[in-house]
Amino acid sequence: MSNIAITTDKISKAYLIGLKDEAHDTLAGAVSSWLKSPLKNYRTLKRLNTYKNAEEREDYFWALKDVSFQINHGEVLGIIGHNGAGKSTLLKILCRITEPTSGSARVYGRIASLLEVGTGFNVELTGRENVYLSGTILGMTKKEIDKKFDEIIEFSGIEKFIDTQAKKYSNGMRIRLAFAIAASIETEIMVIDEVLNIGDADFQRKSIAKIESLAKQGRTVLFVSHNLSAIKAICTRAIQLNHGKLIREGEVSKVVSVYLSSYVKEHTVHKYDMETAPSSEYAKLIKAELKFDDSKNDHLKAGDPFEFEFVFYSLMKEEHILDVVFQLKDELDNIVFIGSSLDNNYVKVSEGYFKWICKVPADFMNQGSYSLHKFYLIKNKTDVIFEQREVLSFEIMYSFDLRIGNVGRKEGIVKPKLDWSLLSGENANK
Amino acid sequence: MSSNIIPHFDITVKKKWKLFDFKELVKYKDLLYFFVLRDITVLYKQTVLGMLWAILNPVMSMVIFSVIFGGLAKIDSDGIPYPIFSYAAVLPWTYFSQSMSGATSSLVGNAHLLTKVYFPRILIPLTPIFSKLMDFTIAFSILLVMMFVYNISPTWNVMFLPLLMILMILTALGIGMWLSSLAIQYRDVRFAIGFMTSMLMYAAPVVFPASLVAEKFGETVYLLYGLYPMVGVIEGFRSSLLGFNPMPWNLIGMGSVSAIIIFFSGALHFKKTEKIFADVA
Repeated sequence: MSNIAITTDKISKAYLIGLKDEAHDTLAGAVSSWLKSPLKNYRTLKRLNTYKNAEEREDYFWALKDVSFQINHGEVLGIIGHNGAGKSTLLKILCRITEPTSGSARVYGRIASLLEVGTGFNVELTGRENVYLSGTILGMTKKEIDKKFDEIIEFSGIEKFIDTQAKKYSNGMRIRLAFAIAASIETEIMVIDEVLNIGDADFQRKSIAKIESLAKQGRTVLFVSHNLSAIKAICTRAIQLNHGKLIREGEVSKVVSVYLSSYVKEHTVHKYDMETAPSSEYAKLIKAELKFDDSKNDHLKAGDPFEFEFVFYSLMKEEHILDVVFQLKDELDNIVFIGSSLDNNYVKVSEGYFKWICKVPADFMNQGSYSLHKFYLIKNKTDVIFEQREVLSFEIMYSFDLRIGNVGRKEGIVKPKLDWSLLSGENANK
Repeated sequence: MSSNIIPHFDITVKKKWKLFDFKELVKYKDLLYFFVLRDITVLYKQTVLGMLWAILNPVMSMVIFSVIFGGLAKIDSDGIPYPIFSYAAVLPWTYFSQSMSGATSSLVGNAHLLTKVYFPRILIPLTPIFSKLMDFTIAFSILLVMMFVYNISPTWNVMFLPLLMILMILTALGIGMWLSSLAIQYRDVRFAIGFMTSMLMYAAPVVFPASLVAEKFGETVYLLYGLYPMVGVIEGFRSSLLGFNPMPWNLIGMGSVSAIIIFFSGALHFKKTEKIFADVA
């Protein structure tokens, strides 16, 4: 074990959380608590830096609990988990920004943190001045920056404006310059948190490529992102945090797919028995399911075909025409499309089970998080007889087969395969 | 690569007791330089008068004091013409109050850095201590002009001026370390700093001579008065530059003792609390 970059031993971090203030229903109560509040405030603020009996108290929140792991030099470690899982807290402890409440870690070599793009940027200063200020804040010396200066400017693509005040820059220019500074750091260990979610497509491609090249140079990288595709593309190993605990560790594609499936399975099938099924006067929803060919992949990728299956039980004695209509929304709340069986030739249904199957074609859906936002059953093409929200939700992963556009990032609500043809010569000018 | 050869650091709950990590400070000296440069560059950006403000502020104080305390209240000024008597005090006082309040609000003002990146936290309150020296230097030139106008030449004691400045810087930094580390946890400090500064000003011999204290309350109180470091600094400035009185070594001695106490206790409190800055910022 001579190649260790970071080793942590049972790192924990507790934060004090605010408990609810008591409410007052009398003026006297309000006044007396207002008078007493300085003392109470003082006690709360004083406790901000002590963790006495943190184990037992309910107003502490454990952002991290007993996290132990190791990284070797040259490894690129992805850290995944839901919001609030403790990913950022872990990075902050390793970068010495905050101290652990208990536990310890040892870091071999220089470590640089990229928890935010543009840390220490001052808009009153020129681009040049910001390169030096931001660079030294990130731990470089003036000499190192002098050496890297031309490279930074070239990478940022803002040569012309380098002596202009940064407040006259566009947002994109600021981000590009800031990232260029950060990218020029040459420490053995880099810690990167969610920096890929900003900037335009071109910038994103550049920054992913930069991180990939860092990894290829044998640098140790800790990388936190919600962009699982990027994690899969860049990292060799991954750990998963859940409510502050390390729950999974291993080869990146394994950890990601277990993470995804544990996350996705909960929502891709809803199956009920007759008693518990969501129902209206007219019908019960027995099953809603998303199906796809999982022989090759254990999760959906952009461009994969899939189908929705809806099983109902009609409570109506007479025959009716029954149709399903739903709204598919993406993570940005765009309505991707409205699925409706109203377009089809109608079939009459009487009491008993019936099933609708809706096929979504290949080469159509883009990556993203989707949900069947609104879901209706319609009788005789006019009356809504059953209504349910958020019936299914699912994730479509970035597809590595379709390297169109840029790496890892979603561009466009859908990603259809279009029918192209090329004409040349005389015909092209007609 | 072997882990024994690579330099490493440990992250633990209990750290070795070390007031200043000089090795680390040397490593980060460039950062201090750029922090100070930022402060100086940004300070007078988008102003019409620019650096003239560094002169205008102390000069206006001097004018007000001369009219009210020198002209109306007729406060005794040890035989020194009142305008230069007060300016010799306003000069160190302006530096002291500005660097002190700058240091006090520095941590809160740079909270976004504290939560995002590691560097020795002490650099943040240290920055105004250095950057305000520039205003001090500019304002000092006015004192030289006034001395020329009043035909006053400095005494040999002027060689002790750096010592007085160190005393002044030590005090400002000491209080700055105390208040900045308190302010990030208890934001009350921000509201208190205003009246505290004016209280401290009237407590210092800015508009009156320290000899007035000896006259009214006797020698013992006068000596104890010296425990406020700015007393020795201000009277020292007057003596060494204007030469009307001998150097008040007893005041300076008393002030040095308390300045050193303020400085080290401030450093200690800062050290003790700095690990939670990111959590409470």
